[in-house]
Amino acid sequence: MADKKATRAAYGETLVKLAQTNDKIVVLDADLAEATTSKKFKEAYPDRFFDCGIAECNLVGMSAGLSTMGYIPFCSTFAIFGTGRAYEIYRNAVCYPKFNVKLCCTHAGITVGEDGGSHQAIEDIALMRVIPGNTVVVPADYNEAVKAIEAVSKMQGPAYVRLGRAPGEVLDDMPFELGKANVLRDGADVAVFACGYMVAEVLHAAETLAAEGKSVAVINVHTIKPIDEQTVMQYAQKCKNVVTVEEHSVIGGLGDAVAEVLMGKVDCKFKRIGVNDQFGQSGKYQDLLVEYGLDEKSVTDAIRAVL
Amino acid sequence: MDVNLLKEKCTRVRKDVINLVTDAASGHPGGSLSATELFVAVFNTAMRIDPKNPHDPNRDRFVLSKGHCAPAYYATLCDLGFFSRDEYKHFRQLHGILQGHPDAKKVPGVDASTGSLGQGVSIATGMALGAKHAKNGVKVYTILGDGELQEGLVWEAAMAAAHYKLDNLTVIVDNNGLQIDGSNDEVMSVGNVAKKFEAFGFDVIELADGNDIEAVVEALAKPTTPGMPKCIVAHTVKGKGVSFMENQAGWHGKAPNEEQRAQALAELEG
Repeated sequence: MADKKATRAAYGETLVKLAQTNDKIVVLDADLAEATTSKKFKEAYPDRFFDCGIAECNLVGMSAGLSTMGYIPFCSTFAIFGTGRAYEIYRNAVCYPKFNVKLCCTHAGITVGEDGGSHQAIEDIALMRVIPGNTVVVPADYNEAVKAIEAVSKMQGPAYVRLGRAPGEVLDDMPFELGKANVLRDGADVAVFACGYMVAEVLHAAETLAAEGKSVAVINVHTIKPIDEQTVMQYAQKCKNVVTVEEHSVIGGLGDAVAEVLMGKVDCKFKRIGVNDQFGQSGKYQDLLVEYGLDEKSVTDAIRAVL
Repeated sequence: MDVNLLKEKCTRVRKDVINLVTDAASGHPGGSLSATELFVAVFNTAMRIDPKNPHDPNRDRFVLSKGHCAPAYYATLCDLGFFSRDEYKHFRQLHGILQGHPDAKKVPGVDASTGSLGQGVSIATGMALGAKHAKNGVKVYTILGDGELQEGLVWEAAMAAAHYKLDNLTVIVDNNGLQIDGSNDEVMSVGNVAKKFEAFGFDVIELADGNDIEAVVEALAKPTTPGMPKCIVAHTVKGKGVSFMENQAGWHGKAPNEEQRAQALAELEG
């Protein structure tokens, strides 16, 4: 797990590949093509790329219109704008009529780093998850992002894909099926459900805890909606201790999605790890992870405390 | 199409609007009545559509950006045979296809779900862009309210329509001067609408009387300047055709009682 690569790096180049065999794919961006990496698509397919300028609401509205003409629009911007500013357009113009639009936002979470709290979306999973019929995917690493983008291109209907700015560890190759959580490490003492860049941190934590004689199951929940209820239930029942870890507010994200599955059904200890109902701030992404308790050591300590 | 026939259709649509809203005891009569000629002219003289094949990929598209004027939209579609009049009794009712605001999943002939102001014109711009890209000759029409112009998204879309040279897009502004809380000027002045769209790069036609069906038909038929989206600013009368509703902001979203229904229908039948 030496290499580091941002999940956003998968976006533009995967679309270039998919576009070779699917002439319905078009890409829209809002003056952030360099940052979201959609620029790679723009260079490869200039006539299938549409810049909307700094106008995220129109980015999503136009994508809705394009989808009705038989296209598969991928629209990208930063998560704070795509899921925040344009929220109601995505809800009403895209999801309400079940239009085939893929909202792929980069710069999600606190690992945005130096740009600070105004640009760090820590509510996007919650906002996207609550919309009926929306699919929500949070890839754990670059390779999973490639597979996730391909998977949403092949499904019918709206989907949100959450991508990160900072480089993240590239994990061992994992199978990918929308809605099917991946058990990356089996264990009996605690089931840790994680998504996004936190999966790597949790895998390291599990190693450390294994050396202490603790058996930690690590489950990569890349699809937050529809969530894999069966795997969540199975591992909660098996381990009786449940921890969720996400680079997102503890309110409304993966932790709550897991809790909703288990509530009233499984008797277990439950701990959510995430950003504790506060805004982010500027800093190096590594320092921010420490500050908000999402680095390897903090996560390890938090899991240990549950046992 | 014969002018007298179009006028008859306008009367039919207006009567349907009154009946729909009265029967449902809710809905938006004022803007439906101001935009009636716009609906009838677009659907009966401008658009290439087939009510028997509402999903034809090469049909022209329509988006009601001022989605609350669904009653006039439904009446226009029903008159053309997109769905049965039986649906009328379920307007705004549980399990009906005729929702309070248009739902593309439910109503044949409705191409986008609207009601949240400003979004329709953005969706229509995307449709026009898609049609241009597909080179399928599809034209896209959208009707906006003038109060709706207060939504910033309208101007984001207008900028994009000009930028992408969408001369297959026609934006029609139902400029009746009133909105829920009063006149546009009292609530938030929209200024010179025609000049604003001109400044954004539209080929603009201003109609002094947007309730003159012949003028609307003519404006729709007028060839567009190549490379420019078209905007028709139609000065209309809110509540047109019903004396006690005309120019009254209070009839924006209020249903008539039975007595008022009878009077309205009598006036419309002339």
